[in-house]
Amino acid sequence: MSNLTINTKDQFEFTFSKEAEKEIILILKKYPPKRKASAVMPLLDLAQREAGGWLPITALEAVAQKVGLAYMRVLEIASFYTMYNLNPVGKWHLQICGTTPCWLRGSDDILKAIYDTLQIKPNETSKNGDFTLTPVECLGACVNAPILQVNDDFYEDLDYDTTKKLIESLKKGTKPNVGSTKNRKSDPENGATVLLSIKGKKNA
Amino acid sequence: MLKDKDRIFTNIYGWHGSDLKSAQSRGDWQGTKEVIKLGHDKIIEIIKDSGLRGRGGAGFPSGLKWSFMPKEVKDRPHYLVVNADESEPGTCKDRDIIRHEPHKLIEGCLLAGFAMRAHCAYIYIRGEFYNEAFILQKAIDEAYDKKLLGNNACGSGWKFDVFLHRGAGAYICGEETALLESLEGKKGQPRLKPPFPAGVGLYGCPTTVNNVETIAVSPTILKRGAKWFASLGRENNTGSKLFCISGHVNQPCNVEEEMGISLRDLIEKHAGGVKGGWNNLLAVIPGGSSTPLLTKNICDTILMDFDSLKNAGSGLGTAGVIVMDKSTDVINAITKLSHFYKHESCGQCTPCREGTGWMWRMMERLVTGNAEIEEIDVLLEVTKQVEGHTICALGDAAAWPIQGLIKNFRPLIEERINDFNTKSTKAAE
Repeated sequence: MSNLTINTKDQFEFTFSKEAEKEIILILKKYPPKRKASAVMPLLDLAQREAGGWLPITALEAVAQKVGLAYMRVLEIASFYTMYNLNPVGKWHLQICGTTPCWLRGSDDILKAIYDTLQIKPNETSKNGDFTLTPVECLGACVNAPILQVNDDFYEDLDYDTTKKLIESLKKGTKPNVGSTKNRKSDPENGATVLLSIKGKKNA
Repeated sequence: MLKDKDRIFTNIYGWHGSDLKSAQSRGDWQGTKEVIKLGHDKIIEIIKDSGLRGRGGAGFPSGLKWSFMPKEVKDRPHYLVVNADESEPGTCKDRDIIRHEPHKLIEGCLLAGFAMRAHCAYIYIRGEFYNEAFILQKAIDEAYDKKLLGNNACGSGWKFDVFLHRGAGAYICGEETALLESLEGKKGQPRLKPPFPAGVGLYGCPTTVNNVETIAVSPTILKRGAKWFASLGRENNTGSKLFCISGHVNQPCNVEEEMGISLRDLIEKHAGGVKGGWNNLLAVIPGGSSTPLLTKNICDTILMDFDSLKNAGSGLGTAGVIVMDKSTDVINAITKLSHFYKHESCGQCTPCREGTGWMWRMMERLVTGNAEIEEIDVLLEVTKQVEGHTICALGDAAAWPIQGLIKNFRPLIEERINDFNTKSTKAAE
């Protein structure tokens, strides 16, 4: 469960953009006509993207109106799921996994690298407001541990040095290639042990 | 060892495209219409005969589960819901199916959905899998374009829709009734069972919730036959399975292997062995964080399937194998899991809401040794009070790792407490 702290100082007027309105029509089509409430999660996500990475009260109200739920219901949902931010986050939202599989492979080093480059600890935002560090639980890419999620993307197989490099280039505003630093998916680093008879065949 | 020709997921590492054309060249969407022609009941019968057991953790026979759906559609439509809310620590197999073999999953949705007389499937994917959801949505769109889905799916005359729904970061939504609540636009808090989803599920209609892997393997089983699938693995534990090997191994990886492979073979043949050699092994969590850990002497000989691990007091779970070598502070490793369950408790049942926090705080003290010896038994007692006293299995899952730790590593915990107390006495002098 996430902690419910409603932000009152950074509020601003929120309305969905024209593009978003079109998107909302498509989203609502996925669910039976009388079950509009099902769209609350995709709409909260959409609102969060539109509002710059977090959900002011005005955005919750806009979503509530679209799906026909009371504002309180929407707040309840927004505070239940950890991916909805009820407070502003930096341009780069760093989400570090510290659950056992990542921890076993050195997620503490990633924390240290972030601290050494940005001087922020978990749940803090850098002074210039660009980086927010949030500790999260298992991200579901355990064989590529340790993992750091930056906004929507996973950076995998990190260590102290590669994390530092990653942060340095984010500081400059460039985003390195997403995925593993070891140029792999979930296959073993030194080469796969299976499917070798199929590997060469095109589209096999 | 499983031969390449018997592998279901031939593109699990993403060496080839995930698009429709590449998928078709791997055999997906071939002969789908012919399978549908077999009829609803015959499909369920083949799945039953294959011995396929649910790949999401509980290992319930899939064919049987499908057969619980009403035989006739009355006023309430039937739904298939695919659980892609993969969040069990140590598990990352569904992610690879979704990003590299999405068409196996979509074809499976059609066939499984048809078998249970559903016209609509929802795939509930965890919110963090943003890029994976993008790939899957693209694959769904392709399937609609080529009329593999839609009003006349694959020319079979069966109307079938597949919709993708993204979650937003709640482990508990992997529990099937919490998932349904979440899909209905509520907080993901599990429902009391009965009624079971097959009777009253999504929107109050008959629903079956299946794991991604279960659905994605079913087209291959239906095409190659129940006999082929049942010939792999051991009796009652048939087929192949995706294993995820993480932690202190030289080459962490996912691999599809035969059920019942020995744990040692799995780690040494595919994951490059334990760091520092097999003798450096301390313990293994065999099936995702919820399963109790196994010590080395058990790991030496254990086979990886449902029954064998159950007999050893653990479980296959999701087959997320977390390996720990002798450098590991195993008390801290389990404490991290306790923190995970505290964080993910939905807050509905008091024993879990209060208990997970209590257990975590207690574990934090055991990590430093700042406790009394008697408190180990108090902690054990509390885990017993949480276990079995909650609506869903999250309470059990939070209790079992701690029970496993105390059962196997009590001397280590005692030693740490004694060390701490000796040090603090000395400091006081």
